[in-house]
Amino acid sequence: MEFLTPGTGLLFWQFVVFVLLFLLLSKFAWKPILGSLQEREASIQQALDSAEKAKQEMASLKSDNEKLLKEAREERDRILRDARTAANQIHDQAQTDARKNADKIIEDARAVINTEKQVALRELKSQVAQFSLEIAEKVIRKNLSNDAAQKELAEAYVKEIKIN
Amino acid sequence: MKRPFLALKTAFLAVFFSFFVALSGWAQAEEVHADTTVAAHGEEAESFNANEVIIHHVLDDHQWHFTDHMVLPLPVIVYSEAEGLRVFMSSNFYDEHHQPVVYQGYKLEHNHITLNDQPVVDLSITKNVAMVFINAALMLLIFLAVARAYRNNTGRAPKGLQSFLEPIIVFVRDEIVKPNLGHHYQKYLPYLLTLFFFILFGNLLGLLPGAGNMTGNIAVTLTLAVFTFLITNFSGNATYWKHIFWTPGVPLPLRIIILPVEIVGIFTKPFSLTIRLFVAITAGHIVLLSLLCLTFIFHSWVVGFGATLVVLFINLIELLVAGIQAYVFTLFTALYIGMATADDHH
Repeated sequence: MEFLTPGTGLLFWQFVVFVLLFLLLSKFAWKPILGSLQEREASIQQALDSAEKAKQEMASLKSDNEKLLKEAREERDRILRDARTAANQIHDQAQTDARKNADKIIEDARAVINTEKQVALRELKSQVAQFSLEIAEKVIRKNLSNDAAQKELAEAYVKEIKIN
Repeated sequence: MKRPFLALKTAFLAVFFSFFVALSGWAQAEEVHADTTVAAHGEEAESFNANEVIIHHVLDDHQWHFTDHMVLPLPVIVYSEAEGLRVFMSSNFYDEHHQPVVYQGYKLEHNHITLNDQPVVDLSITKNVAMVFINAALMLLIFLAVARAYRNNTGRAPKGLQSFLEPIIVFVRDEIVKPNLGHHYQKYLPYLLTLFFFILFGNLLGLLPGAGNMTGNIAVTLTLAVFTFLITNFSGNATYWKHIFWTPGVPLPLRIIILPVEIVGIFTKPFSLTIRLFVAITAGHIVLLSLLCLTFIFHSWVVGFGATLVVLFINLIELLVAGIQAYVFTLFTALYIGMATADDHH
């Protein structure tokens, strides 16, 4: 069968041509083509990666912002709360102080009144003693014999006594 | 892209394609017819010999026979110890009536050249050698242009021929080479790409009207298989050779059987590659020609019409086969190299 007997010429030329073709294509076709393909794939991958990264950064930025906002809000609330507490405290303090002052003033006044009262009583006592002495003197002077007259006189003097 | 243009293009391609396929069938028919007339001229009213016609078509030839009136003579290069290297045109072997003659002692008989009945080394540019040249030239033309497009188009989307071939290149890389070769793939990718496109282009060129049956010639497929064989065995690592000569996990008595099987296996792989491609392409051509020969056997227009329709259909299948055979040859080559270079997993 001539089919199955390879011709020497064709074997030789096919060998030579294929080797040359392989060398030429490897250097001038496959190398640039495969290089460009790989480069392009790498750049696409890079673009995808950086897009993903940007997305993540955006998300983290957003969460950061939210965190900051939350913190600011908390700070504000805290300050307000503190201020309110301080105000209340000041208010209470003032009230207590005022009450204390008032109490003290009243106390003082009461003490003064007491002292004054003691003084007045003492004065009254001494005046009563004085009046008693004067009455007794007058009674004694007017009617020392006449009981009736003595009594009348004594009464008249007692009427005169007015305790202011 | 505008839709109407796409439809127009599709329609144009369809018309062009069917015209081309029909033409291909017609040209082959013409060839067959030419051969019959030759036969009629030669011997007195010899009956039509389909077998001879078909075999003549699928075999190599020292001249390029398009039709009876269009024969392209090809250069004959022969080396003999007596006369050294001789170069002359193959037309010298025929006289003006297309009858074979002896030229300066050289005789061409059944595609074999002898000098005074002594064998010579025949390095002629036969029809298939010319096909090899055309195929290689076409590949250089196309892929250098594509490479240039990549250089000029850096950072932009591929276009034209580049965008047509890029998916095929990527397919070979990602579907054939990478899965079989793993991380070694870059080393063997240029060879496998050259192999794939050489076979694909050769198969498609072989379907053209008047073209030679290049990838259906055993010399061509054998050379390609030998390249694969050499690359496989020269890249084979220790694991590969160990598996052949001392297959792990096999009891000693079995080794007597396993060892020869493994050694034969080294050679059956390229042998199967050689035969598969050769048979697939040659068989396709034989089927096409047989169907066309029916016309001349039955001397009937009706049969001719029917045969043309069937040939049209077979031609479409042949286009499919052209791609499949290129894929299969490359796939098996990648598989063999992959097996020889795989890391030890046991």
